[in-house]
Amino acid sequence: MIEKALRGSKKYWLWLAFLASIIFIGFLCYLKQWKVGLGITGMSRDVSWGFYIANFTFLVGVAAGAVMIVLPYYWHNYKEYGKITVLGEFLAVAAVLMCMLFIFVDLGQPMRALNVLRYPTPHSVFFFDACVLSGYLLLNILCGWTVLHSEYKGTKYPSWLKPFIYLAILWAPSIHIVTAFIYQGLPGRHFWLTAVMAPRFLASAFCAGPAFIIIAALLLKRVANFDPGKKAIEALSKTVAYAFIINVLLFFFELFTSFYSGIPSHKAPIKYLFVGLHGHAEWVPFMWAAAILAAVAIILLVIPATRKNEATLVLGCIAVFLACWIDKGIGLIVGGYTPTPFETITVYRPTLPEIGIALGVWALGFFVLSVLYKITIEVKKSKELVVKYNGILFKK
Amino acid sequence: MAIKRRDFLKLGGLTLVGTAASAAVENLLIKGEAKAEGYTSAPESLKGKRWALVIDVKKCKENQSTCGFKCIEACNVYHNIPNIPDPKKEIKWIWKDNFEHAFPEEGTNKYLVEKLEGIPFILLCNHCENPPCVRVCPTRATFKREDGIVMMDYHRCIGCRFCMAACPYGARSFNWYDPRKYLSKVNPLYPTRTKGVVEKCTLCYERLADGKVPACVEACPAKAIIFGDLNDPNSEVNKVLEERMAIRRKEELGTGPSVFYLID
Repeated sequence: MIEKALRGSKKYWLWLAFLASIIFIGFLCYLKQWKVGLGITGMSRDVSWGFYIANFTFLVGVAAGAVMIVLPYYWHNYKEYGKITVLGEFLAVAAVLMCMLFIFVDLGQPMRALNVLRYPTPHSVFFFDACVLSGYLLLNILCGWTVLHSEYKGTKYPSWLKPFIYLAILWAPSIHIVTAFIYQGLPGRHFWLTAVMAPRFLASAFCAGPAFIIIAALLLKRVANFDPGKKAIEALSKTVAYAFIINVLLFFFELFTSFYSGIPSHKAPIKYLFVGLHGHAEWVPFMWAAAILAAVAIILLVIPATRKNEATLVLGCIAVFLACWIDKGIGLIVGGYTPTPFETITVYRPTLPEIGIALGVWALGFFVLSVLYKITIEVKKSKELVVKYNGILFKK
Repeated sequence: MAIKRRDFLKLGGLTLVGTAASAAVENLLIKGEAKAEGYTSAPESLKGKRWALVIDVKKCKENQSTCGFKCIEACNVYHNIPNIPDPKKEIKWIWKDNFEHAFPEEGTNKYLVEKLEGIPFILLCNHCENPPCVRVCPTRATFKREDGIVMMDYHRCIGCRFCMAACPYGARSFNWYDPRKYLSKVNPLYPTRTKGVVEKCTLCYERLADGKVPACVEACPAKAIIFGDLNDPNSEVNKVLEERMAIRRKEELGTGPSVFYLID
């Protein structure tokens, strides 16, 4: 089946070459970090996690979000998702891979990464996160690949796979709950110490993941004559809309608790992020950009006409994806570390090499995703006759 | 019967996963593996159940113009603390700050703040009774000893910095660079560290083993830092704490710090 990825159009190879060049730039930046140390990043004694962990946290959500397609398809036998289920599983594979790489590039002693397995520590949430992430990666590779391979052979997937598929569905929320527990169980980090952290993580995951699938599926429709099915996209866009609204609501609950209680330490991080604190307002434009994107996304996704129109739907989904990326990525991390335990402010800004490494990881994820999606589409297309005529898809 | 390539790969994969899993389970079952077998401490070593420090901040204020904060200097020299000019990337085990920063939750009580203005507060790892850093460390590179010291294993630390996120006291530092480049003189009695690991005050465990009190305690000319065993009712720290008024940082978090500040 892998041979499907080795034959492609010029556009396909150009796209892969483009991604490879970004991976290379990221790799060069990483070599510098390897030599000098994490000092080349903008992180500091007070803000000791940054852009890497922010992207990691967001991508765990993208990986878990794919379950919003897999679950209706396998559990409720919702046949419309038949075309995009494998897309969901392979998105999870690429996203978890990026998560692991982001953790790896964030380690001060990467050569000792396996110490986590050598000295398993049940009281550390990190240990559990390593377990659930690698488990989820293996499950999705197994399920996605086996299902697609059966399709390639023209048969139904084998019955032994069924328990693994159900396990993968149950496993998906666990990766994000455990990731939320990394943050929400720490004393003294007021912004993170909240019981709605895990529900918020799940809500943002269940909108950001499907939003990405919608963007990818509609893009593949354009560039690769792949038809995801109108009904599938319509159903999935409703999932994105509901999940995103719940996500925004949970954020407002946080605001209520912090500001109605009036506890200064709970208000301080939110103030720093949205209006600035003690003369520091480094992340205010980003947080307001996220707020505006969220408003745009809700308008576009709630009105049925704009949700059903492919162009506005894609815009809405991009807005959801970016809003979640800012809010659950950098906003979450910077807000947790600001103010410091001394109620002072230490400014964090990612440096150029740091951004280069992050871009390299993203490009690697997209490279893997592109190859997996290429195989998927070729297999699906080989089973049906599709003709594009005057920009309209006709299929047998 | 010849083995097929596919079966061979399957078998190989299974063996690999099995080996890794059994090794992990074995590690999980062997508890307290950090302890060496048959270990006995030297007769001259100081033994305690829960080491603690009591810092008399009034004495610090009275003597700050003449003492030159020898406690900090002694620690820096003894433990090969690198002198990194960028405050964002610096390493510090023991340092001074003001009352509002050390006790931010009291910072809105302006009468208290006024009373304690100008008093230097010596800050360091609190060697908590219930340390969040130990709870979160995924490799047990940071752990609590039987005498209450929260220790660091620089060789096991993977540099994930989860402990820094967990510490509510900002007591931990990370080696963003190779620290050896920022050392003008090396004390051979204490190891230098490598880049990419976390470090912090270890209450001079190596000096206690030799029967000496921590370097900061010894260096203070005003004897403002008192060291002793909190579990020993006759220890000096217990006597002082019974007589005078002492506070601990972020009491409400339930970490149980072992560093007390005398404020009366």
